[in-house]
Amino acid sequence: MITFDHVGFRYAPGLPAVLDDVSFTIPEGDLCLLVGSTGSGKSTLLNAVNGLVPWFTGGRLSGTVWVDGRSTRTHRPRDLAGVVGSVGQNPLTSFVTDRVEDEIAYGMEQLGLAPSTMRKRVEETLDLMGIADLRNRPLADLSGGQQQRVAIAAVLAAQPRVLVLDEPTSALDPTAAQDVLASITTLVHEVGLTVLLAEHRLERVMEFADTVAWLPGDGSVQVGPAAQVLARADVRPPLVDLARRLDWPSVPLTVRDARRRVRALGIAVPDPPQRVLPTTSAVLELGELAVRYGELVAVDQLSAGFRAGEVTALMGRNGAGKSSLLWAIQGAVASSGRVDVDGEDPRTTSAARARELVTLVPQIAADLLYLPSVAAECAQADKESRRPAGTTAALLDELGVHLAMARDPHDLSEGQRLALVLAIQLASHPTVVLLDEPTRGLDYATKAALALTVRELAARGSCVIVSTHDVEFAAASTDRTMVMADGQIIADGPTRTTCTSSPSFSPQLAKVFWPQPIITVADLPVPVARA
Amino acid sequence: MPAVVPAPHAITATRRATHPWAWWCWAIGAAAAVSLTHNLALIVAISVAVTLVVLTRRSDAPWARAMGLYLGLAGIIVLTRLVFQITIGGIRYGTVLFTLPHVALPRWAAGIEIGGPVTLEGIVFTLSDAGRLAAMIICLGCANALANPRQALRCVPAALYEVSTALVIALSVAPQLVESAQRVARARRLRGGGARGVRAAGALIVPVLQDAVERSMSLAAGMESRGYGSTRDQTRVGHGAGAAMLASLALLGFGAFALLSLSDGAALALVSLGAGLGCAVAALRIAGRRLAVTRYRPSPWQAREFITAFSGLATLGAMLVLARTAPQVATPTNSPVSWPPLDPLMAVVVGLILVPIAVTTVPPEGQA
Repeated sequence: MITFDHVGFRYAPGLPAVLDDVSFTIPEGDLCLLVGSTGSGKSTLLNAVNGLVPWFTGGRLSGTVWVDGRSTRTHRPRDLAGVVGSVGQNPLTSFVTDRVEDEIAYGMEQLGLAPSTMRKRVEETLDLMGIADLRNRPLADLSGGQQQRVAIAAVLAAQPRVLVLDEPTSALDPTAAQDVLASITTLVHEVGLTVLLAEHRLERVMEFADTVAWLPGDGSVQVGPAAQVLARADVRPPLVDLARRLDWPSVPLTVRDARRRVRALGIAVPDPPQRVLPTTSAVLELGELAVRYGELVAVDQLSAGFRAGEVTALMGRNGAGKSSLLWAIQGAVASSGRVDVDGEDPRTTSAARARELVTLVPQIAADLLYLPSVAAECAQADKESRRPAGTTAALLDELGVHLAMARDPHDLSEGQRLALVLAIQLASHPTVVLLDEPTRGLDYATKAALALTVRELAARGSCVIVSTHDVEFAAASTDRTMVMADGQIIADGPTRTTCTSSPSFSPQLAKVFWPQPIITVADLPVPVARA
Repeated sequence: MPAVVPAPHAITATRRATHPWAWWCWAIGAAAAVSLTHNLALIVAISVAVTLVVLTRRSDAPWARAMGLYLGLAGIIVLTRLVFQITIGGIRYGTVLFTLPHVALPRWAAGIEIGGPVTLEGIVFTLSDAGRLAAMIICLGCANALANPRQALRCVPAALYEVSTALVIALSVAPQLVESAQRVARARRLRGGGARGVRAAGALIVPVLQDAVERSMSLAAGMESRGYGSTRDQTRVGHGAGAAMLASLALLGFGAFALLSLSDGAALALVSLGAGLGCAVAALRIAGRRLAVTRYRPSPWQAREFITAFSGLATLGAMLVLARTAPQVATPTNSPVSWPPLDPLMAVVVGLILVPIAVTTVPPEGQA
């Protein structure tokens, strides 16, 4: 269905090749998972399938990409619209109309299909994606998961043979992500679509993959059966980590598979020691904190205490009030109730003083950046924090990210930009550090580095609160987990207990070793004993 | 129970939204009609009639709730004119109601008089003159409240397809830009709000612009990969379209000039306007041929749309007849003031405006 025939691509002559003499074939009806760290060329490869690379992006392509017998050399992306459907990370930015039904029909209108055909296909697609009850709703009012399903429906209506998805679940909470992924697997199994899917959080999708294409980052692509390619790829979801730790030659693709193997091999592990939570008094106290947006209550009379040296994960579905809580603690969003950081209220102090008490890294880190170079941003941060020049730059080095000072912050990768904003925000040496969804769009290596940074901050005596959807990240880096729903805390306790007791928030290893409270590979002893 | 029932034949049997352009045609007809009269009774009657149609036929959509806004605007216009007429007004003759003390102004303001006798003639003239403008605004407000603006944009000739696509995108992107500006403004506090002056503006504008550019790039890529423009003919539009468009502009311009300025140019104006309209339609047809996009569930144009649109034109027609046959009714003399004269044709005008109530329905919920 998709054939890459000695394909090479570089964005400009002189720049390193993103794809270098790549040849592979994906047969019809396969779900191919694209893995690789940030910047390894996943998006480029995806866009090459429908010709956006190089027709839209520019650059130099050698070799030929064949899709359903058509070459992207002679067919523009618009000519391939009936063959390849592509869906991006953020559906809201690519919607052309404003109503669900119109959006689904848009692609077919462009192809000039007969109105009766369109009518029939819109109904079929609505049913296929299970969104018939949304048909008259404005797109902007839908939740993230619904928007993503509408975006998929909108490309499906043109009845393409190939579906290309670039991290379709990166902005979604685990339940919504599951919905979207379930829809995608339905398409593979029932409709027989060929699907090419790039995804950072492999643990959720690898069980569905027929083949995996790994981009090591040097321009090559390794394609093969999922269990074998994942065993050597540099991306390490928990089950891959487990397989390597236990020296298994192939990777179990599902929790069920892993659990069976552990049983069959008679692997016995002792319960990990309970991490002792610090018993010092709370440095951040919240009393009946409430945030309202008009009629909507985002945070509902919430009381809690947070200690220095403790990392807390804040979990819960989208719209549960996690972000509102963090913003309210910082004081940038109006709230009622009590916030107390070492005897001061960040909401009533000056913004500069508030920054020394509580610092927040927002979900969209780029919102904080506005200067033309990394050096200028660092210098500005030193001034804002009233610290000697060079403080921020030194912090950036400490975070293990070495950036050329002349680079434009907007050209950085997701992980580099997060590190820069983190350094800027930490320059004030705050008592409390708040991170809002920092793991969004990060690959495993960057996530592991972030986990280290977070632990380091706590070890130095900061109180850290991280809101996240990523249970694996929470398991690896936090001491305490709070689960929010409807603006209230519904569970609060050590991460190990909270995460193993709830199925939707338990990491994969917890499911493999249940009922033992193993949550990361680090909990396994060396060497692992066999019974 | 019989299994076969006769098909519903009344035009209003099914509840559906009426074509937006039919409402516009109706409203413009009413607005044009009201612009031709100074008869206070007729102005009030037309305003009440169009408002009545809105109240019975509007949906629950946000734009439908904007009617109050237009009524308020109309009220403000009338009030402002009245205040100016009473204080510095130009008409000081006739029946004196009361007299305001005269204020002496310095020499450089000579020609403006504040205060003086306030007369019934002045008040009545102002009411009918400002009322006419207010009534026209109410008519256009009615069209806004009844016609779904997005649906109206969707129902344009194929030649204007690209323009309407751009407008639809602009309508949905504008609130997103506002949201992104709010988000960035909120984030500024996180850095201590240290930036001032030009830097502060930069701190707001740079991230918002960056957001906007990224958004439009992603939208463009999305549209391209979904086949935008894939049916466009590679051949250029023929010269016929350009020539027809130029001819229609010239004819429409001349027609409007003849109608408004030439003393006996009515016939000439009508011919010229008609020919101009014909040329415009032809030009749009030719230009639209190169794009073979189709429409999903286009708003139907059926009996109720014909009747609604026609009732607007007929209102204007009846008004023209009234102005010709009974000019003293359409434009009653202002001095001495009397009760507005009545004429049977006035009832016809108002009745025609009310016709849509009989042929249209309230749109079903969520489909306005």
